[in-house]
Amino acid sequence: MTSNRMLGALALSAMAATVAAPAMADAPESDETIKIMTADWTSIGLQGEIMSLILQTVGYNTELVVADDSGRYPGFENGDLHIAMETWQTTQLQNLERSVATGNVLDMGETGLRGVEDWWYPMYMKERCPGLPNWEALLDCAEVFSTADTAPNGRYVGGPVSWGDHDERMVEALGLPFDIVHPGTDAAMFAELKSAYDREAPIVLWVWQPHWVTSVYEGEYVQFPQFEAACFDDASWGVNADATYDCGKPYGWIKKMAWAGGEDVWPCAYDIVRNYEMDNDTIADLLVEIDLNGRSTTEVATEWLQNNRGTWEGWASCGL
Amino acid sequence: MATSDLFPERPRHFLTSPAAFALIGFTVLAWIVVIGPAWLRTVPEALTFPIAQVVGDALNWFAREAKIAGVAIQELTRSLADFFDVIIESTVIVLSKGIYTGRGLNVTQAVPPLSWFAIGGTAVILGYRLGGRSLATVCAVSIGFLVLFGLWENAMVTLSSVLVCVLLAMLIGLALGIWSYRSQGVENITRGFMNVMQTVPIFSYLVPTLLLFGYGPAAALFATVIYALPPMVHNTVLALKSVPTEITEGGRMMGCKPRQLLWQVQLPAALAKLAVGMNQAIMMTLNMVIIASMIGAGGLGFDVLQALRKLDIGTGLEAGMGIVALAIVLDRLSQAAAHRAAHGKHREPGQRPLWHLVLAWLVVATVAAYLVKPLQAWPDAWQVSTAGFWNAAVTWVNRELFDVLEGFRNFALLNVMRPFSAFLATAPWTLVIGALAALAYALSGWRLAVYCSALALFIVLTGYWGPAMNSVYLITIAVTMAVLIGYPIGFWLSSRPRYQGFASFILDTLQTLPTLVYLLPAVMLFRIGDVSAVIAVTLYALAPAVRYAMVGMAQVPHARLEAAEIAGCTRWQTLIWVRFPAAMPTLLIGVNQTIMMAFSMLIIAALVGTKDLGQEVLIALNRSLVGEGIVAGLCVACLALIADGLLKAAAARAEAPGSRRSRA
Repeated sequence: MTSNRMLGALALSAMAATVAAPAMADAPESDETIKIMTADWTSIGLQGEIMSLILQTVGYNTELVVADDSGRYPGFENGDLHIAMETWQTTQLQNLERSVATGNVLDMGETGLRGVEDWWYPMYMKERCPGLPNWEALLDCAEVFSTADTAPNGRYVGGPVSWGDHDERMVEALGLPFDIVHPGTDAAMFAELKSAYDREAPIVLWVWQPHWVTSVYEGEYVQFPQFEAACFDDASWGVNADATYDCGKPYGWIKKMAWAGGEDVWPCAYDIVRNYEMDNDTIADLLVEIDLNGRSTTEVATEWLQNNRGTWEGWASCGL
Repeated sequence: MATSDLFPERPRHFLTSPAAFALIGFTVLAWIVVIGPAWLRTVPEALTFPIAQVVGDALNWFAREAKIAGVAIQELTRSLADFFDVIIESTVIVLSKGIYTGRGLNVTQAVPPLSWFAIGGTAVILGYRLGGRSLATVCAVSIGFLVLFGLWENAMVTLSSVLVCVLLAMLIGLALGIWSYRSQGVENITRGFMNVMQTVPIFSYLVPTLLLFGYGPAAALFATVIYALPPMVHNTVLALKSVPTEITEGGRMMGCKPRQLLWQVQLPAALAKLAVGMNQAIMMTLNMVIIASMIGAGGLGFDVLQALRKLDIGTGLEAGMGIVALAIVLDRLSQAAAHRAAHGKHREPGQRPLWHLVLAWLVVATVAAYLVKPLQAWPDAWQVSTAGFWNAAVTWVNRELFDVLEGFRNFALLNVMRPFSAFLATAPWTLVIGALAALAYALSGWRLAVYCSALALFIVLTGYWGPAMNSVYLITIAVTMAVLIGYPIGFWLSSRPRYQGFASFILDTLQTLPTLVYLLPAVMLFRIGDVSAVIAVTLYALAPAVRYAMVGMAQVPHARLEAAEIAGCTRWQTLIWVRFPAAMPTLLIGVNQTIMMAFSMLIIAALVGTKDLGQEVLIALNRSLVGEGIVAGLCVACLALIADGLLKAAAARAEAPGSRRSRA
């Protein structure tokens, strides 16, 4: 290497340093702890952990805080919680809109994940109820899904009451001969699924994705008339001309959200959160590692960071 | 009622008795309700009042806008929360986490926490000093369980919050107790308040706690302290009142000032009973561990929750047993300490003070752990797990026994539970309240009748009458089952001291093992719905039923049993005519405690999908509805207070003839 070239390289790295130096000084703009929400389903914990590790590596102090899916909003409006990596269109759309309207909460954009939530049955039910996955098959073979206390109606296990779904209205609008049972928690819901699956007994229940259940148990979603916005507002739309909700649930985005006040405290961190992007397959693979292979969330998240430096360093350019 | 048949010399004729009056009153009311307008039968909309809205607005205002001397309440509560967060965090660092440097991918542990060897050894030393070799063994086995099953780290997180909670509950409880002891007015207020607090489900004040203290360990801490406070206050008052007057007088004569009298005479003399309060506070705190983990307390409770959400029932069970192990160590140690205090035992001459020993051990063990790594952190490869076995067992039971159990479920649901719930749902509200008032009047008199009807009317006003009747139905069935199963077991155990140690282990387990651990297998076998809920509540309420049956039977005076023997009574005759009447007051109090336990489980039962007050509270929690949560919780408290009032009156009646007889 000639001395000239060396000088050039030195000059370049010096330039790089001067360019990088202010950014470095920027990186943790504040020592204040960034509180990242986690909750009672695995994927939000995983994505929260990934974000937490990125932010920590850049130099921020972070903490994962447990909150409830629908109960999180006062926390975000007060600035007790700062970042959530998952807000589902399927169940949280109205809550998020209302919270953003207060001016204290920011919509930080989509994660790239698509949420799916609908009626789901194990594959062995296909033989017993010919015509599935088309929803009209349920009209004729409700009895297959019945128990002593619901007969002749079928038994459908919905989500916890507090999740605020519209299954009742859908059952009525589509004329499905089904009784809806609500558990108080998702754990109870999947306990019933496991029990039925082990015995190959009839069951149809609410399943969402990304979730480990669809990786462990073989089954598929009932195909209801596809959702369009008009289905919820316009009675004349769809199979039942006199009722709204005569369609399946919307499949939709999963967004990130944040406390608005944090924008001034940690602007670079907020940038990183905005840049963050994932897809269903990546997350599903990581969820299997955690939920089925019993590895810790931190371990799986750390491994992802080590193997995908290029990806997250791109998001974190303002801090590196 | 059975006891009254024993005493034919009752002074009053039936027709002039309160019972007859109550019966006649109720019949007249029933007639009016049947022929009267419809609003007498179903609760009219106009009668309900938006209490939840008002309470919610008030609390929101209080938590977000209210100010004292220009400082927002929220700022005060937040700084308090920050302060306690620091305390909890430092305890966690010492016991479980250690100190870390670096961040994100570059994190390394700089200073390890106290090793399991050091902490476990301390527990064993304490056990040996306080309770001899058997207690030391109990401690060693429990610690060994936690270490071997890889639960140590999270157990210490739990221990940290339990320690801080108990300490805080003790301080506040002691202060309130002393204040109540000194002033009758204060005592009346705190007693009323504590009675309500003990029965309001913790979920319903979680949301206000979150508003005031923010998310995280501090909020969980405060909610738990509120829950664990009543027994501490209650026992402090009781303990101070039980100090013999001779001792207090003695103190006065020596010229003690009130403060000296309290701290140097009365409190030391009351130490044994105070320790009972502390013991209760510890157990209540551990009960709350799993619920606290839902709002960010972490630790073993979170492990249980995580495992159960993956349906890994075996791992959930192991983590749950970790909580039981922790509870048993804390309980036995604090009981032994209380026992020593009560008997005035101090160290024998020549024995080193306990804290010297503990300190020396901590130093030795820490050095040892530094040199021998497995003493610091038990290697993952050496851990054992029985989770696979339990999961396989659950699957096996599910495959092989489901059909039999499904038959049982359908029978119970269709022939007992559904009809009973329909009966309560359709019973006219005026008649239910009328029946309640009549019963209260017959048992005790006007005051109780007014008290019970007022509480019931409050429920009507809130608009939660329907869900409340559903709670009554669940509780009635669960308590009936718990008493039918628990009392015979208790009677049987009372004359067999050999099995009592094992029985008390099982009962402790039932009460401290997080309910979800057996709730989910119940759901797998009995499906989502009321049957699973009733089974969970029954199992939890079983413990007080068994305990009170044992105590009640053991209390029967020997003289009476001997008299019965001399009179030539058979065993059954003795049981029915001698033992039962003598034990009746305690047995009724036992039913009362069973009901209270059942009420405190309603919230957890809601997790499997009931349609009662518990569910209303759960929904309110999930949706952050402050007002609804509090009001539904108060309705639960109203039901519990009604049951409490009626049963205490019944117990007092059962006691009255007994004492008359012993005088005769």
